[in-house]
Amino acid sequence: MSLYLLCILLFCVGLYSILRKRNIIKIIIGLGIIEYAVNLFFILIGYRMHGRAPIFSGDQAVLNMVDPLPQAIVMTTIVIGLAITTLAVSLAIRIYEKYGTFDITKIRKLRG
Amino acid sequence: MSGLLNFILIPLGAAFLVALTGNRMKKAGNFIFILAAFLLCALSLYLVKSVGAQKIILFKAGGWLPPLGISMVADGLAVLVLVTVNIVSLTVAFYSLRYMQRYTDVWKFQSLFLLMLAGMNGVILSGDLFNMYVFLEVASISAYALVAFGVEPEGLEASFRYLVMGSLASIFVLLGIALLYGYCSTLNMADIALVLSSNPKGLLVGFVAVLFLAGLGLKAAIVPFHAWLPDAHSSAPSPVSAMLSGVLIKTLGIYTLARIFFNVLGVSSKTLLVLMVLGIISMAVGAIMAISQSDIKRMFAYSSISQIGYIVFALGIGTPLAIFGGLFHLFNHAMFKSLLFLNAGSIEYSTGARNLNKMGGLSRRLPVTGFTSLVGSMGISGIPPLGGFWSKLIIIIAAAQAGYIGFATIAAVVSIITLAYYLKFQSFVFFGRLNKAWDGIKEVPLSMKLPMLFLAVICVVSGILLLPCFRPLLESAGGVLVSTVQYKDAVIAAIKW
Repeated sequence: MSLYLLCILLFCVGLYSILRKRNIIKIIIGLGIIEYAVNLFFILIGYRMHGRAPIFSGDQAVLNMVDPLPQAIVMTTIVIGLAITTLAVSLAIRIYEKYGTFDITKIRKLRG
Repeated sequence: MSGLLNFILIPLGAAFLVALTGNRMKKAGNFIFILAAFLLCALSLYLVKSVGAQKIILFKAGGWLPPLGISMVADGLAVLVLVTVNIVSLTVAFYSLRYMQRYTDVWKFQSLFLLMLAGMNGVILSGDLFNMYVFLEVASISAYALVAFGVEPEGLEASFRYLVMGSLASIFVLLGIALLYGYCSTLNMADIALVLSSNPKGLLVGFVAVLFLAGLGLKAAIVPFHAWLPDAHSSAPSPVSAMLSGVLIKTLGIYTLARIFFNVLGVSSKTLLVLMVLGIISMAVGAIMAISQSDIKRMFAYSSISQIGYIVFALGIGTPLAIFGGLFHLFNHAMFKSLLFLNAGSIEYSTGARNLNKMGGLSRRLPVTGFTSLVGSMGISGIPPLGGFWSKLIIIIAAAQAGYIGFATIAAVVSIITLAYYLKFQSFVFFGRLNKAWDGIKEVPLSMKLPMLFLAVICVVSGILLLPCFRPLLESAGGVLVSTVQYKDAVIAAIKW
């Protein structure tokens, strides 16, 4: 249970960083944190205490195995997260070239 | 049937080939780009026929029987949205050939465009929740990049905001999928529906529904989550705005919302009420914000929010007639909103300006753009012979029949406001005295006129589309949403067969 709570805490840290920080880079880091929190949560859902790797072989009885599907899924979401982070960072570089600042409150050419 | 896989393989392969050849041989890149869009459009029209005969087509990736493998499902609803997406993307692709010439590295645009198309087709056809999420991200990430394609300060800013909001939305969806997997131990949508129908629905399912509503509602720009849309859609290059406003928000937002709520989680009267109220709010807020805009594309973007509100409202009423009207409005709105954004693109192409107050009398210089935008404006504001009138009428009648007289009145009033701001657009841009500054401008070239004329013809014809050829398609699409059990039963029957 405490693991889940810590996971939610990590989620909240990420959310705080996205909502409250003014620096674009910190917002991108917040996106990363929030994504790791969800990945961790997905892994926790498939985790069994003292479970073993889900490799099937003839001479072993199937007792307590970790669910492999969430792990496969998290691999995919990590790749997606990488794509998002790359795009966000390259946007941040271009924004810095055009506006000369990383402060989100000063980047306001659009209304509303 | 492996035909369904083509909808993802063709655009993915073409995106790769365009990226490979487009840099050196521009002609070859353009050819592959158009060929892929054309093939997809033809295949989707062909799929209408085969789904009409078989009701549901299932593809099992790698031959694994669901719920084990990844499955792709094409039923009435999927086919309707697929046809809409591919028709719009073909016209926009054709239009972009000339329009995008003023940008450098057009092949990057074409490659991203095809990736976005692959993502949308994947979202529509996926029968697996996580697979749907992956394609959602493919389409979204290409959309973020496309918004910033011009590398102007506004585009970059809009793109960054869109990216932050959009990835937050995706993360909510992923969290919802994680919780649902923990509860049902399966990711196949039909199988989840089966598990949920046999187990009591706890508090968890309600929480998951809220997560999906927040995530997908943000993608669809329903009002409390709409802040990114006017920026992103007005800063992007016009063909991109046409795709984003025309089909992307419907595929990633409305379609997924309808599929998950109606077919997987199952709807209760409470969820329907929430959808209905959100629909009414976005309808009204979008329309009121649109009146005061002086930028053409910003006005159209707010108008998109308002029209999305109509579709969500119709889904929220939940009666067969309302859902029929909502899906019809989805089709119509895709056509006329992409037409209007292409018109805005043509105006920008000829004059280089987007501000309403600086224009006037342009219809003398731009006759085709003026005429097609008149058709589009008439269609969206609901003038009788055009498609938009029938879909709005059906939605309002259905609301009144279901006993929501107040909501029906608001929908009718918003329709009048819509007419008001489209008349404003017409009178400021096309009617009246010609501004001296625009004396020397020329009409856009033929390759940009043709797509606009094509969409204008569809706008006019779709009013008569309630006739034989189109009605079964809409009805089978509506049928998927009306009965919650039908989707899972149909998929399970198709697996056994």
